[in-house]
Amino acid sequence: MSAMVKAEGVHKSYGATQVLKGIDLEVAPREVFCLIGPSGSGKSTFLRCINHLEKINAGRLYVDGELVGYRQKGDRLYELKDSEVAQNRRDIGMVFQRFNLFPHMTALANVMEAPVQVKGETKAVARERALKLLDRVGLADKAGNYPSQLSGGQQQRVAIARALAMEPKLMLFDEPTSALDPELVGDVLDVMRGLAEDGMTMIVVTHEMGFAREVGDSVVFMDDGVVVESGAPRDVLTNPQHERTKSFLSKVL
Amino acid sequence: MTDSPEKPEKPQNPEKDGKDGQTGQPGQPEPDVIRAIPVRHYGRWVAAAVVIALLGLLVNAFASANVHYGAIPDYLFDSSVVSGLGKTVLISLLAMLLGLVLGIVLAVMRLSKNPVTSSVSWLYIWFFRGTPVYVQLLLWFNLALIFPEINLGPIYRDYMSSFMTPFMAALLGLGLNEAAYMSEIVRAGIQSVDEGQTEAAHALGMSQGRTLRRIVLPQAMRVIVPPTGNEFINMLKTSSLAASAAQYLELLRSTSDIGQTTGATVEMLFLAATWYLILTSVFSVGQFYLERYYARGSLRSLPLTPWQKIRTNLAGLGNRTKGGVSA
Repeated sequence: MSAMVKAEGVHKSYGATQVLKGIDLEVAPREVFCLIGPSGSGKSTFLRCINHLEKINAGRLYVDGELVGYRQKGDRLYELKDSEVAQNRRDIGMVFQRFNLFPHMTALANVMEAPVQVKGETKAVARERALKLLDRVGLADKAGNYPSQLSGGQQQRVAIARALAMEPKLMLFDEPTSALDPELVGDVLDVMRGLAEDGMTMIVVTHEMGFAREVGDSVVFMDDGVVVESGAPRDVLTNPQHERTKSFLSKVL
Repeated sequence: MTDSPEKPEKPQNPEKDGKDGQTGQPGQPEPDVIRAIPVRHYGRWVAAAVVIALLGLLVNAFASANVHYGAIPDYLFDSSVVSGLGKTVLISLLAMLLGLVLGIVLAVMRLSKNPVTSSVSWLYIWFFRGTPVYVQLLLWFNLALIFPEINLGPIYRDYMSSFMTPFMAALLGLGLNEAAYMSEIVRAGIQSVDEGQTEAAHALGMSQGRTLRRIVLPQAMRVIVPPTGNEFINMLKTSSLAASAAQYLELLRSTSDIGQTTGATVEMLFLAATWYLILTSVFSVGQFYLERYYARGSLRSLPLTPWQKIRTNLAGLGNRTKGGVSA
């Protein structure tokens, strides 16, 4: 079985600041892959490289066997056109820490937007699936509400429905519960748990160690732009080998 | 001292409260409502009296001035005034449209990563914002002096003097000048939209152009509309410059022409001012509804329209008199 995501020596720097210093990892299809680590360790940046919101400076990144952002001919790399990058992003859903719902559209219109505008679906078809997705995330009754009329947890669930509307083969979650009130976190995690059970490939940057332990198939601990430790959740989270992992977990658990 | 007549009233209030409390909320213990004597703002009374006195003097001065006010309504709907009014509205709308379209193009050019388009846009804004619009109008109107012919190859060819009519000179002069200002307004609007919006759109596979059109511009409109309304109201008034600079027969020209032939110079200026006030008032109402439209989603509840306000006020009138909140 080929990997859904494969990273080989991925480097990323902003000017002189090195954020990623050589990341190697593989995410299998249907796997729930949790990235943990302190702020500034590069885990969000790595996630954003996967759908080419950030360009990597060195290394190779593959999604479903295809190089991200480039085309290789012989030993030369050609940058993909904006339209080709956009085409590849259709299959990768992304959920942001700050939701980033479109505030001028209702929840329903948010979910319908990409299928209609990008895939060219008819409004009727998109609407039907959007309503199903909103129902799935428990917000069927909020279809007509604008984001500003929803709580943070509801907004994030709409954002998940919006990403799912494109029927992606991979979902990226960038700290999806970090901006939420503690009592709203559970609803969002429930939706994500449901997705995992349905076999969605998910890469989740998170501080929710409970979620990583229960739902995650593998956990990677990143610090200072490198992978420090990786493995099954029970190994990494309950029996960490590295000093840095231990000190991080002692602070968050 | 002045408070003393009110004191006998005070014992009445608790009785009234008692009645209200019984009819309003049965079973609930009535809170002891505070009935303090409000602070007296004597300064406000003095200031109001002074301002009213000064206003009275001003009105008196104009009333006794050597103005034949009767002439104003006589000419309000004079055919040449109405025609000038129409031209003012027409040139303002068209010049604003030109300014808006070109302004969006210039703003996108200015924000693009292409150094050539971005510097050309900068240069355009630098020139058209940096010179008086009056000078620009004169330049367009007198363009025939340096380019006797206009020659766009097979597309269009004519003498400049027959192409650059007063209307064209006014449209180009006002519209191209406006574009410089509009582009800065549009740019500010685009930049006000959170970067996360663009990212979310891109993550969904939307192209640059579609992201701009569907996601960024509609949100930027909230920032763009109020200053654009301002610009349009400015345009209504600035269009009066086209009269003397480009011989365009708009409102001010038509009224002052009447003033010269009839000798009612000031009266006709008052007439023009009246029409400008009417125009700006009408378009301000339009702006209110436009702003309200683009506020959807960003406010939890939209501001009331004047009609809704009147209706709620009327509905609330009955309750308010019963509530008895005395000043």
